[in-house]
Amino acid sequence: MALPPPPPQFVLRGTQSAVNSLHFSCRSQAQSPPLLFSGSLSGLVHVWNLHTRRVDATLDGHGGQSVYWVKTLGDQRLLLSQGRDLKLCLWDLAEGRRAPVDSLSLDSVGFCQGSVLRGGAQECWLLAVPGRGTEEVQVLDMPSKTSVCTLKPEAGAKAGMPMCLELWQPASSSHPLLLAGYEDGSVILWNVSERRMLSRLSCHKEPVMSLDFDSRKAKGVSGSSEKALCVWGLDEQQNLKVCRTQELTNPGIADVVIRPDGKILATAGWDHRIRLFGWKQLKPLAVLDYHSAAVHCVAFSDPGQPREQLLAGGSKDQRISVWSVYNQS
Amino acid sequence: MDSELSQVRHTMQEALQTLSSSSDGVQISEALRSVKHYLNGLQNIVPPREREECSKIHFSTFLQCLVNKLSPDWLELLPAGQLEELWDSFFLESPADQAFLVLMESIIVTAGPSFRLMKMSQVLTKFLKRGRLVELMWEICQQQVPRGSSLLQETLLSKVVCLPDHLGNQMKEHCPSLFFPQNYFPLLGEEMIQVLQKISDSLRGSDCSISFLSQILAKVCIHGRQKEILGVLVPRLTELTQADCIWQRLSWRLMECVPDRGMEAVVSGLLQEAPGAKVLSQLLGNLVMKNKKAQFVVTRKCLLMQYRYPTEMLQNLLGYLALDSHRRTLLLQVLKDLLETWGSRSAIKHSPVEQQLYISKSSSSILFFFCLAFISELLTTMMGGVQCHIESSLPQVRHLGMIVAETISSRIHSEGPKLKFQYEENTWTRELLSLVNVKPADPGPPASGDDEFVPYDMTRDKELKNTKAPVYIRDCLEALTSSEDVERWEVTLQVLESLIQRNPAATREVSTELAKVLLHLEEKTSMEGFEMLRRRALVAVTIIDPVQYLTSQFYAMNYSLRQRMDILDVLILAAQELSSPKSLEKAKIPGPVEAGIQLSPAPLSPSLSRVPSEDWRRIVEERIKNKTRRFAKVEPGSYMEKSANEPNKLNSVVGYFFFPLIQRFDRPLVTFDLLGEDSLVLGRLVHTVGILMYFAINTTAAVPMGKALLEFVWALRFHTDAYVRQGLLYAISSILLSVPAERLLEDMTEELLETRSWLAAVAENDPDEDCRKLAMQALLLMEKLKDKLQIGSS
Repeated sequence: MALPPPPPQFVLRGTQSAVNSLHFSCRSQAQSPPLLFSGSLSGLVHVWNLHTRRVDATLDGHGGQSVYWVKTLGDQRLLLSQGRDLKLCLWDLAEGRRAPVDSLSLDSVGFCQGSVLRGGAQECWLLAVPGRGTEEVQVLDMPSKTSVCTLKPEAGAKAGMPMCLELWQPASSSHPLLLAGYEDGSVILWNVSERRMLSRLSCHKEPVMSLDFDSRKAKGVSGSSEKALCVWGLDEQQNLKVCRTQELTNPGIADVVIRPDGKILATAGWDHRIRLFGWKQLKPLAVLDYHSAAVHCVAFSDPGQPREQLLAGGSKDQRISVWSVYNQS
Repeated sequence: MDSELSQVRHTMQEALQTLSSSSDGVQISEALRSVKHYLNGLQNIVPPREREECSKIHFSTFLQCLVNKLSPDWLELLPAGQLEELWDSFFLESPADQAFLVLMESIIVTAGPSFRLMKMSQVLTKFLKRGRLVELMWEICQQQVPRGSSLLQETLLSKVVCLPDHLGNQMKEHCPSLFFPQNYFPLLGEEMIQVLQKISDSLRGSDCSISFLSQILAKVCIHGRQKEILGVLVPRLTELTQADCIWQRLSWRLMECVPDRGMEAVVSGLLQEAPGAKVLSQLLGNLVMKNKKAQFVVTRKCLLMQYRYPTEMLQNLLGYLALDSHRRTLLLQVLKDLLETWGSRSAIKHSPVEQQLYISKSSSSILFFFCLAFISELLTTMMGGVQCHIESSLPQVRHLGMIVAETISSRIHSEGPKLKFQYEENTWTRELLSLVNVKPADPGPPASGDDEFVPYDMTRDKELKNTKAPVYIRDCLEALTSSEDVERWEVTLQVLESLIQRNPAATREVSTELAKVLLHLEEKTSMEGFEMLRRRALVAVTIIDPVQYLTSQFYAMNYSLRQRMDILDVLILAAQELSSPKSLEKAKIPGPVEAGIQLSPAPLSPSLSRVPSEDWRRIVEERIKNKTRRFAKVEPGSYMEKSANEPNKLNSVVGYFFFPLIQRFDRPLVTFDLLGEDSLVLGRLVHTVGILMYFAINTTAAVPMGKALLEFVWALRFHTDAYVRQGLLYAISSILLSVPAERLLEDMTEELLETRSWLAAVAENDPDEDCRKLAMQALLLMEKLKDKLQIGSS
């Protein structure tokens, strides 16, 4: 008889609105506690101290419009947040500052989260965001905000809006690649520097809600509003191929995340549940049933001490559940 | 010729005289040597006729005389043990049968531990160690005319086989270990093999008979030493018969010559010792076709009349029958007989469950020896049997029927959908299933990369329903009766129990109606846990509002048996809730609480509210699972102590539970005849009233209830259904536990005495093992009661 799934290690309450995005930042400098950033529907970004389990700071930079992406850059000080006010804010939180230091106007009104990729130089990074045109993805060089390229499927492709983006760089080359999930359910692999589409895979019938990619195994996973997860791989000719699909009990995946160590996959479900799978074979491992409304996002903490590795889920029920599972080995 | 014989006679007489009268060592030794002249050692000098004369007529007298002379003084007549050596040689070199007989008879008549007895046992040890038994048996096998010597043979036979008994009786604790049965019989086995070897060597030349060996074998087996002797014989014979057809014939002949009265012992011993059907076939040949007795033992006695053999043996036996085409006709008959017995209603009713398991095992193993076409012929017989089994009120018997039915159906339609019954796994079903599914062990675990993680339980991962659950009891009523929306119906059922518990007042207004709806509710969709949810809701209603409706419906018209049994289950669960309201204690509700209202704390958060409900479900599941037997199996004493001081909320209402149930059991309805064929429900009813009686401990109603229940039990005590009897015995135990001892002895003395004699009879004679156990338990309780009263009065 299998054990019943564990309860959450703790629950963070107090965002007072649905939680849209979560991001851990645990690779702490000396003395500073591990943090969890959450972006909420009310337009606030909360900075949670995981030691005290309280809000350290509340950042209000999107004029009450929903924040749907938060992400730190490198360390705990620099934070990106993307909101429905068509702005992408950069925060420098050092020394207790609470105001955005920079912001970027976006042209897309969709829900597509951005993606960043650290460049070779220290202060230089690439940012992919949905672009001006409906089907476009814009790649920018930051912090100079100069546009590197605009990626648009050819005229007859009918891919629809981009829904999720993932910038990455294969170990073998210096050319950054971009994986984008589109409204028509396809995933497209772009070569950013050559502005060229490398491969297109129609793996869902509904819009791709989220994707994540494991560059070490050249394998990724995507979820849509359907009842299935799709795992696809990238072969040597840079072609995307479906490896397998995993049926789910209930339809609707809002977010998929592979743990940084490449062993566990977590999904945020519209059915209020967080599901865990083994990443190698997609063996179902656990169904974490705590939330009372759809789960919008899941996040794993950075790989620190295995025992301290956490999983967090943010839900429409305004709670963030934090779990300590499969981190004993 | 005659003169030569008379010379022999003369020599012998002379020697005898010298022996009996002389005390001169030299003279004696000379006389002995002259006799020895005629012994085997010097056969080249003495003509065979004389030797024969000597050994046949005179020798045993002479040996007898030797034995009589035996004493320490006599042996010392010559120095250096010469005389002793000479004495020994007469027994070790003379004809084996005579020497053996004289030795054995002298041992039997010699009293107590003495020099003579010790000496003779030493000689006998040497005798055995030199393998003289081989000679003895070989000689008898060679004799062509057994008629004249049959008395001698008979005597020898019994002496050879009973040697350990005689020696043990005479020598008591001084008995040498060689004569212990565990050592002697293997030795005997070895020697038999040697004799067989001689027989096989001489088969081409002279003629000889094997029947003496068969007789020995039979007698040893009858004496219950199958394990010792066959433990040696079977492996040796297996080895020898492997490739040699003469040896095979020998072995077959050996078994064929076994006299009828020893046949059963020999065959059953062989069945136990033989490692497989093939070996059996090698050793027995077509014995079952030639020997009526063997046939009877194999085909009827081992299979239908006894049920003591383990499963492997059973398979060996059937395999043996199947191995040869002649025997297969017999196997066919066996199959028919087995199935007839298996499907016989009367056999199911009257034979012990263990025997039924045995027969089921045999019949499902035997099916594998037949082709499909033939099975369809027998299908009707078998299906009738399946029906009889499933009708039974004992769960084990039902399981047997289900498993055999599955086997049959899978044999007939090896492809396509399989018949699948629902039954709990236990040692029985597993054993039977393992018989049926002889499959290779499943391959090792698939090489999976995710093995380092152990999955958690995911059984609760169900599809999410979006329908809003009703919030008011009356809405539930409406949803359950009229709603076409299946999802709403299911959700309603899921929340109903907690709604009832939270709103006792509202429930009371519609309780009868609600109970009626729930009782008649049928499973519209294949909803998981439907039965459980419905039952729990009914229990919740029953706890809040007394039970007249349910108890009145138990004897009403137009209910299915299922519904009636549901009523009983609900009554039990409700009574249990009322009698030990643990949830009330946990909630710690201040002030007076109305009887049986269970208030659960308002859910603080989803996780907190789930924990108690989970707990609850587990408990209820466990209760339902163990509903009828649980209390009877626990030490009765511990119960008394545990529940003695709790207030019993059942006090005010237990009469409503109990009395209506036992009022009308003897009045049959058109569709419902408790004393007739609906004995399953009667059994449940009896168990239910027993459990109610148990819960009524410490209530004022316990005494009248006990009295009524005793009468009720008395009326039904000779019921043919074991399940009903089990319930009655259980009810007796709960009366003894729940009714105060003084009241029992003062108000119901006569009934108790009558019950006691009935219990004693059941404990001794009932065919059902559980019944016997329960009766023993009740008797024990009575004894305890008596002891307690005695302590109290003194």
